[in-house]
Amino acid sequence: MASLVTKKSLFVRLVKNVNDCTKRLSSHFIYYPDDGKPVEGETTKMNMMQAINNAMDLTLKTDPTAVVFGEDVAFGGVFRCALGLQEKYGKERVFNTPLCEQGIAGFGIGLATAGATAIAEIQFADYIFPAFDQIINEAAKIRYRSGGLFDCGALTIRTPCSAVGHGGLYHSQSPEAFFAHVPGLRIVVPRGPITAKGLLLSCIRERDPCLFLEPKILYRSASEEVPVEDYTLPLGKAEVLRQGDAATLIGWGTQVHVLLEVAQMADEQLGVKCDVIDLQSILPWDEDTVCNSVKKTGRCVIAHEAPLTSGFGAELAATIQEECFLHLEAPVSRVAGWDAPFPHVFEPLYLPDKWRCLQALKDTLDY
Amino acid sequence: MALKAGASVLRLTALRSTAVRLLSTHTRPEVEQNKTKNAEFPGAKAPYVTEMKFLNETSYDPIPIYRVLDNDGSVIEKREEPSIDKDELINMYKTMVQITQLDKILYESQRQGRISFYMTNYGEEGIHIGSAAALDPRDLVFSQYREVGVFLYRGVTVTELINQCYGNHEDSGKGRSMPIHYGDKQRNLVTISSPLGTQIPQAVGAAYALKRQPDNDRCVICYFGDGAASEGDAYAAFNFAATLDCPVILFCRNNGYAISTPTSEQYKGDGIAARGPSLGINTVRVDGTDTLAVYNAVKQAREFAIANNKPVLIEAMSYRVGHHSTSDDSTAYRSVEEIQKWANDESPLLKFKLYLESKGIWSEDAEKATLKESRDRVVRTMQDAEKKKLPHWKEMFEDVYYDMPPRIQKQMQQMGEHLKKYPDKYPLDKFQTD
Repeated sequence: MASLVTKKSLFVRLVKNVNDCTKRLSSHFIYYPDDGKPVEGETTKMNMMQAINNAMDLTLKTDPTAVVFGEDVAFGGVFRCALGLQEKYGKERVFNTPLCEQGIAGFGIGLATAGATAIAEIQFADYIFPAFDQIINEAAKIRYRSGGLFDCGALTIRTPCSAVGHGGLYHSQSPEAFFAHVPGLRIVVPRGPITAKGLLLSCIRERDPCLFLEPKILYRSASEEVPVEDYTLPLGKAEVLRQGDAATLIGWGTQVHVLLEVAQMADEQLGVKCDVIDLQSILPWDEDTVCNSVKKTGRCVIAHEAPLTSGFGAELAATIQEECFLHLEAPVSRVAGWDAPFPHVFEPLYLPDKWRCLQALKDTLDY
Repeated sequence: MALKAGASVLRLTALRSTAVRLLSTHTRPEVEQNKTKNAEFPGAKAPYVTEMKFLNETSYDPIPIYRVLDNDGSVIEKREEPSIDKDELINMYKTMVQITQLDKILYESQRQGRISFYMTNYGEEGIHIGSAAALDPRDLVFSQYREVGVFLYRGVTVTELINQCYGNHEDSGKGRSMPIHYGDKQRNLVTISSPLGTQIPQAVGAAYALKRQPDNDRCVICYFGDGAASEGDAYAAFNFAATLDCPVILFCRNNGYAISTPTSEQYKGDGIAARGPSLGINTVRVDGTDTLAVYNAVKQAREFAIANNKPVLIEAMSYRVGHHSTSDDSTAYRSVEEIQKWANDESPLLKFKLYLESKGIWSEDAEKATLKESRDRVVRTMQDAEKKKLPHWKEMFEDVYYDMPPRIQKQMQQMGEHLKKYPDKYPLDKFQTD
């Protein structure tokens, strides 16, 4: 009886912890699972971590040159995306590296230059900056400067990014815009398990070096029926997730889910329907899908977690005004993280949450 | 024709070399000298040999590990026992106990969702206290993130530490950083930053600045782990410290693991210490579970660094008894037996306690009282810290620049207007108000 009581109180405490964590983690968005299937056939429920694991598993199985590496990857990585892969494919193919991001990136470029498929993990996107030189000056430029003699297209760098509820300055950043200034790279951000698997497999096989930014809050909180078999999703293509005529809402990663909720709120509260676009590929990005939508709706709200100034929204807004000028009924609106480092206890006020996005949409509609 | 030209070139060369010889104060090396044993390359002054041989870590003896105390707390060589007065010894031990109580309760409080994150220091308390006690309080400290004992020993209060973990309005970091990112300007403790290894070259630069101050009697100490030592910044720092003659103590806490990566996968060769002599840095390796050994090493390193304006590398060997952080379960990559062995047999607290007991300055009663006192202090402080409001939301926009640029002023105003429109959508009651 005594042990039962202890067990019960432990259980209660556990439930309370989980609830607290959930409350803390997912306060700023509701996850909207994908309902479509990219390919026919069997599916299984996977969260985003498992979908990424599955994509790497399929690659290691079918591509004998493929290797997976990074800090703490041997035991699965700190987010466990490589869980079980070392046991399955051996220490030569799935391994720890010393703690050095510039080393990881350079090593990956070398692997790819010599004909191997390199899947590198940088533990947090916030820690990718020591690798900036390798990525910017080497990975992105090898083909160009060698006149096409050499390339490192077989390199994919995966890294967890964006807000997680309590990450503070160095476990929350969304650095896509830094890398988007560099011709030669591909930058991709999935919004959930189905897109993560398909886009990651595309990145791995793509003939350009790819930076695959994984919104870490989705690893466990997002789960979907993911096709079991191998499939790819097109790079450089955005996806229109909701159709409407009042405005175009553009986001990527976690922010897509914020915008899906905003679209739903706009429908229910304002009686208007919006296009919601998941940009997916930040570089090169899908100008046609974005501009066609804005030409149709005449209004546009772009939202991203990274700070406003020089965020990737700036590039979108500039292109939209250039391409859609005569169609615009209101200035293109940007809702973003404020121009400050990502703060710990202020996170709920820092993020471009649904209320800020909804207000921006209202202002755009009322312009 | 060709021959002639050749001859004239030869003559010219001969003339020029005569001129050089006349002008130069150096004598021109004779061809004969090339047969001597020593080369004088700009990049290496070393003997010539005629046998080709690779060198590796087995070419040298392992760098020995300096210790003062035995596992039973007795001094091995009497002459190595530092003269630390009784009160300071007791203060050192009490601070070690305080670290463990802080760790226990804050770790548990994260598990209960009361703070968002925590990192414990188990197994490394001797490193913190041995080094902190050997420094002058005016020495500048650049820490990594597992050195809370240095903060406590400098006089940072449990209240200040816990306020930081809660990020409340009494946190000197204004709630902006994750827990355990402590900093204290008055006590010369530079605020902790998460990226690994970044603090090492910074510490070297700071030491250079100190050196240039008239009659400098301060040094800089920089703590970093065996993992961070793999970052490019670490190599840069070592090399800068040596070439630019900086009075800095480069203190590596080698605790065997970087999250899950064991040192066997972090480096080959003889640890971090082996890198010191190769870069021209005075180096010593110590038993990090032996508080007195750490104390002696840092004391001498400090004297040497300041007297000579040179760096010293210390590698303190220990074992990370706790998980990497509250986000980690280390039993996924190491056995409980391994952890237990180090926790029990090589406890820096136990060794130091036995030493104090052997000197007759510590008792079980004192132990019990200290445990209770330090535990109560943490619990009481946590209850207070929890009640304190978070800083005003405007603090989110402050300190980005010294003077807030118009663009950020505008954003702050937008946030204010938004909060007026949607007051019930934000947890504003948790934050301070105007």
